[in-house]
Amino acid sequence: MSDPLIVILFATAVTAGTPLLYAALGEIFTERSGVLNLGVEGMMLVGAVVGYIATLQSQNHWIGVFAAMAAGGLMALIHAVLSITLRANQVVSGLALTIFGTGLSSYMGKSFVGQPVPDQFKPIDIPVLSQLPYIGKIFFSHDALVYLSFVIVAAAWVFIFYTRWGLNLRAVGENPAAADSMGIPVYLTRYSSVIIGGVLAGVGGAYLSLAYAPSWIEHMTAGRGWIAVALVIFAVWHPGKALVGSYIFGGVDSLGFRIQALGEKASFLKDISPFFLQMFPYILTMIVLILITAETKKRRVGTPASLGIPYDREER
Amino acid sequence: MAGLLAVKGRALTIEKRGDISKAAMILNPILSVALALLVGGTFLVLTGHDPLEIYSTMLKGAFGSAYGLSETVVKAIPLLLSGLAVSVAFRMQLWNIGAEGQLYFGAIAATWVALFHADGSRIIVLSMMVGAAFVAGGLWAMIAAIPRAFFKVNETITTLMLNYVAILYSNYLIYGPWKDPEGYNFPLTAIFPESAVLPVLGTSRIHFGLFFGLAAALILYVALWHTKWGYEIRVIGESPVAARYAGMNIVKNILIVMFISGGLAGIAGMAEVSGISQRLQPGLSPGYGYTAIIVAWLARLNPFTMLGVSFIFGGLLVGGYTMQTSGLPAALVSMLQGAILFFVLGGEIFTKYRLVLTGGDRKEV
Amino acid sequence: METMLVKMVSITKKFPGVIANRNVDFELKAGQIHALLGENGAGKSTLMSVLTGLYMPDDGEIHIKGRKVSFTSPRDAISAGIGMVHQHFRLVNSFSVAENIVMGSSSEGFLIDMHEAEKKLAAFSEDYGLNVIPKAKVWQLSVGEQQRVEIVKMLYRGAEILVLDEPTAVLTPQESRELFATLRRMTDRGKGVIVITHKLQEVMENADRITVLRDGQSVATFNVRDTNPKELAQAMVGRDITGSYELPEITKCETILQLKNLSAYGDRGQIALKEINLAVRRGEIVGLAGVAGNGQKELAEVIAGLREVAGGKLHFLGKDYTGKSVRQIVDAGVSLIPEDRLGTGLVGSLDAVSNSILKNYRLKDAGRGWFINWRSVRKCTDKLVKDYDVKLTRLEAPVKLLSGGNLQKLLLAREMSNNPEIIVAVYPARGLDIGAIETVRNTLLKQREQGKAIVLISEELEELFALSDRIAVIHEGEIMGTVDRDCLDLNEIGMMMAGERKELANGRVASS
Repeated sequence: MSDPLIVILFATAVTAGTPLLYAALGEIFTERSGVLNLGVEGMMLVGAVVGYIATLQSQNHWIGVFAAMAAGGLMALIHAVLSITLRANQVVSGLALTIFGTGLSSYMGKSFVGQPVPDQFKPIDIPVLSQLPYIGKIFFSHDALVYLSFVIVAAAWVFIFYTRWGLNLRAVGENPAAADSMGIPVYLTRYSSVIIGGVLAGVGGAYLSLAYAPSWIEHMTAGRGWIAVALVIFAVWHPGKALVGSYIFGGVDSLGFRIQALGEKASFLKDISPFFLQMFPYILTMIVLILITAETKKRRVGTPASLGIPYDREER
Repeated sequence: MAGLLAVKGRALTIEKRGDISKAAMILNPILSVALALLVGGTFLVLTGHDPLEIYSTMLKGAFGSAYGLSETVVKAIPLLLSGLAVSVAFRMQLWNIGAEGQLYFGAIAATWVALFHADGSRIIVLSMMVGAAFVAGGLWAMIAAIPRAFFKVNETITTLMLNYVAILYSNYLIYGPWKDPEGYNFPLTAIFPESAVLPVLGTSRIHFGLFFGLAAALILYVALWHTKWGYEIRVIGESPVAARYAGMNIVKNILIVMFISGGLAGIAGMAEVSGISQRLQPGLSPGYGYTAIIVAWLARLNPFTMLGVSFIFGGLLVGGYTMQTSGLPAALVSMLQGAILFFVLGGEIFTKYRLVLTGGDRKEV
Repeated sequence: METMLVKMVSITKKFPGVIANRNVDFELKAGQIHALLGENGAGKSTLMSVLTGLYMPDDGEIHIKGRKVSFTSPRDAISAGIGMVHQHFRLVNSFSVAENIVMGSSSEGFLIDMHEAEKKLAAFSEDYGLNVIPKAKVWQLSVGEQQRVEIVKMLYRGAEILVLDEPTAVLTPQESRELFATLRRMTDRGKGVIVITHKLQEVMENADRITVLRDGQSVATFNVRDTNPKELAQAMVGRDITGSYELPEITKCETILQLKNLSAYGDRGQIALKEINLAVRRGEIVGLAGVAGNGQKELAEVIAGLREVAGGKLHFLGKDYTGKSVRQIVDAGVSLIPEDRLGTGLVGSLDAVSNSILKNYRLKDAGRGWFINWRSVRKCTDKLVKDYDVKLTRLEAPVKLLSGGNLQKLLLAREMSNNPEIIVAVYPARGLDIGAIETVRNTLLKQREQGKAIVLISEELEELFALSDRIAVIHEGEIMGTVDRDCLDLNEIGMMMAGERKELANGRVASS
């Protein structure tokens, strides 16, 4: 309990960043295949409420997580059908998903508001690693979902850049006509990537309701889904950079609460209204987005070339 | 796209139609609402409710009495104004989903006039409030519009982030500097003076904001289809490349359109504080700015169609409140809204494409 | 008996409003180069898209090496040994050559060993005499190199039958010769090659057999020994085709378009135009020859004000227009007939009436003050449409429903109605049917007679030779030289297109 403040801050940055990380990883898969899904916020909310209810019913948080994955995947499937098969406007379809998910989660969670989670995720110290000075507390003294996110980052990294499927995935996102002519199943690739995106967003939501703030509160994602979409741009569609970005934003997010708590002691902090502190992550997201976009425009890297464009083989 | 379902050289495929099917265009929104109600109904059954009973409660609540109808119009006013706001931007492929925040800023600016500069006749004060709301909403949208115009920064994310900031800022004012000193510490501003309150129709709550909405729809229609500026906007929206080729100034028009879009949403906020709550208070909008997106899309961005669509969606909101009094979560309404938009989007393909069976005998499905 | 690699029987393929193929028969023998000849819109590409699994035929049968097949996707066609090189390459620009070739293959484990793949690819391409660099990124390659990558990609996949869509359109005459030599090496190994083309000379020189398509039907199949260009031309068009154009002599004195040491950057920030000097006088058509992607697009855009001038000067009618806005340049009387008719030149979802005022909507003709007078605009459009014989069902129908020829006529009608001084036409005849091509050419000639300065950018040397007073050749953003109409020589132009300066190219031709 004698950890320096900075270590505690970093450790909370990791927990606060984990839901963002899951959602951003999911969106990286989705966008790498050329589909833009702005429904992350909705998918996370549904994941959160479903994970929470399933845990209440089963008394087992893992069942909760699996239920959240299924729910997120189903939500994403709606977007997949609309944007891939029916070639609907992807921006509007994503917005519809968010509106629908917001309503659905409130509807489902109404009667459960305020009930504690019977089996929440608890920190597990990893033997040896957690004993490392600083690093141990920051990275290896968390719950299982945080560790799982490390594994997924590594797996996504390898998958996207070093495997056959990853190559095919990137090809579909860059030039679906080229991929199609090489026999890569464009629609199948896009469907599965969008669904993986939903599954991971679902886990991100469940992390909020089962580990980060173990309970159900309406609209509890509070814009995290949107921040995750911005993070994908920040990370230039790279899982490793998404991890760094998520922790930075997680740190900012938790910093707000820290300062509020500190305000009790330090008078100069007391003058800052809590409302301004709460604005900080949103303002930071905007500033970072503007800077990154201006920068990547100069370096001409990044965006999958066919992002947001439906593929139609017989389009002439 | 060959082969949705391919069997022995035959396949069900989607084929592009030569032109847009008028019938499908009209049928699509109607069918979408019906299908969304069906989905919602299934949900209600699954959660142990009687959908018929609930829907009829909603229907009666919204359209079944003079009071219900007037409330529906009251809700339709901000939806119409913010729907128009969203649609101008959407027409130029600017995905402004920040109408909610722009609405709040309009309300804040109007409140500022009402609380601190309300000396003068009613017409002057109200005009000042409208002007301030328009400018405030427009400027708030500029924060996203400028990076979009000059650096192509994704406006969807920035406008949405600005919603959170705007709501937090309005809460800051309500809980802080603008709190009514005589309000027993409730989070409310002081009530507006008489001169800052929009007149109402008879004894109903329908206020003058309705005419703002009607005027805005008319002006937008004329501007878009009968002026040179509107022509520019439509060309830029359909094909920015062609617009550039024709020598149109895209950056300038992005800024103008976003300003108008934000301004209209701002007027919606002014109408709400001045016509309904007569003070700034938390929870000013139950998400009008988001519902506006659905209204705009359902109306195919057409100002006149939007009159009808916002009336129906106003009814949906009022129906939601009626239902809530019988113990059901009002969130059902936003679920239904989302589902309606799904079906509209999905249905659009039938206006542009048709299903055909290829390979063997040719049959249209 | 010869092996029949491909046998297509009575293929029919319909699109909304058009029958692209009607009962077409087609046979390819092993070891042959088979040309598929026809005008634009004759149904060549559709037929090959059916063969390569991209489209599913509405009727008919396909046999590969005697076995009946039914393709539902390109994957099926690839595994049956058919590979297609499209006119617009199907390559991922941000990938390396090796990645483009490895993608989509189903075997060889989970992880990719790029290094191993690159080595294998290098050895493989050498075997066919096709020089490609496995590590290079596609966007860094020239068009000719990209085409080689496409061919290697198909061979690597084990293609026995190779289909090439207008492969020489993007090549210099010399590169074309090289390409056919490569294709011949492939047929010597027993493979079959189908070349889609509309160039008679090329067919006579390189093909073994020729099938002619017209209006979606197959007219005839010839052995190259037993036929001649005249017979082929007649089969293609269904009538005699007219010869070259007479350019009436007009006095050309005043220079009205002048580029002085003009430079510009391309889309990727590379230098696209290097110190271009070009002057066009009244009543003159200057043709710009060159392999696609050597700066033609950028040159046209710079003149139209769509691309920033990085160095040098741009003068119209003696006035400096460097750095001026598109609007100012339009007002100065510069008209661009863009390569991309639908998208740049016209707005597809708007109707003909709306499209007719795209350039002059600000002027009084469209309406007074802030407003547009649609009734008078409609009347003007109606006249334009009649004058240029644009075939459309209603003036209010979105123009994207029009055929390529009618789009181009509408575009020309609008541009000429603004009475420009300077016209830049980019590939104006590309993809059009004979009738529309005539309209385009006659329009340009008429404008020439009226004393306009015209820059004609084309990849069809025949067209340039027929219409130009002078031809300038561009290579990697530099003008290699300008040749007068009276001294045109195909070989010389070809060498300049490949990057030889005029003096050198001239010397070479003379000495050979």
